[in-house]
Amino acid sequence: MITAERKPLEEIIEYIKPFKRILLLGCNECVTVCSAGGRKEVGLLASGLQMARLKSGTDIEIQQHTLERQCDPEYVEEIVSMIDGADAVLSMACGCGVQQLAMRYKEIPVFPAVNTKFMGASERQGVWAERCQGCGDCLLGITGGICPISRCAKQLMNGPCGGSTTGKCEISEDVDCAWQLIWDRLKALGLTERYLDIMPAKDWRSGGGSGPRKIIREDLAE
Amino acid sequence: MENFEPVIVAFCCHYCAYTAADMAGTQRLPYPANVKIIRIPCSGKIDTLHIVKAFEKGADGVYVAGCLEGDCHFKNGNVKAAKRVAYVQKYLEEIGLESERLEMVNISAGMGHRFAELASTMTEKIRKLGPSPVKAAAAL
Repeated sequence: MITAERKPLEEIIEYIKPFKRILLLGCNECVTVCSAGGRKEVGLLASGLQMARLKSGTDIEIQQHTLERQCDPEYVEEIVSMIDGADAVLSMACGCGVQQLAMRYKEIPVFPAVNTKFMGASERQGVWAERCQGCGDCLLGITGGICPISRCAKQLMNGPCGGSTTGKCEISEDVDCAWQLIWDRLKALGLTERYLDIMPAKDWRSGGGSGPRKIIREDLAE
Repeated sequence: MENFEPVIVAFCCHYCAYTAADMAGTQRLPYPANVKIIRIPCSGKIDTLHIVKAFEKGADGVYVAGCLEGDCHFKNGNVKAAKRVAYVQKYLEEIGLESERLEMVNISAGMGHRFAELASTMTEKIRKLGPSPVKAAAAL
């Protein structure tokens, strides 16, 4: 999923300072799962903003709504009737959702209420860790299902660097050495000969190196 | 300010604090009427949203009362509640409310005295802090 964290309240308050009627929009997808921008977080933020504005002596009207997905035009269309009653939109979706709103509703300012972080997986309740950088050319089939692009601080392709100590990365004791994990897994699978194959330098064109990426499915695209 | 009577919401676990409040009553122990008790099935049922909404709706202070550590009827609901309280305390500071207005307390069903004492100390603490700035602003 795409992970996110709420922005500091101070920053959000600053964005919406000149506006009175706010449409606060959550998203039912990734940001709900990582507890950053779902229905509950929308309620929490609305309550916090309401209190902060009352305290500063300025009126605010917050309309709360959570869309099924903010990154799809058909769901974004749902709020047509609500937009008229708002001076600004505050989105708790990831950057994709915020941009989708801004593209559709050009006459109203749209502000982000969360910082979009990374594509990650849930390690345990309340903990999310980066697992994919969307490099566009997946290596997991060669590296035993462990990604050296997202999990190695140096994105090394052919084994660990000298900073790997007792299975940990030199940047922090809390970070596993991705190549140690890969080696351990290949060993357990009896596939250690794969480790000896030299991987060529990565072609980053598929990973954003040649500008913004797009997928066009000819059979689906209209 | 002299006549300020704080509104305090106490979210009390059914298995401990709520029963302790009952016991305080049975023992005829007086405690301030400022404390409004809301029974919850376990302190772990408390949600950050319940606490924040209580402040938004005019509470001057809130406390969540769960079982003593290790005694939760549902294993660790009280530990989860304590984490949520700590989270909301930070959020309150961001909003501009004193985090002291919110507290997590642990109590057992037999502690009628302790319940009455907690209700009094919390009321006194909030009385000293004064009305919630949110409520004060809303009244203007």
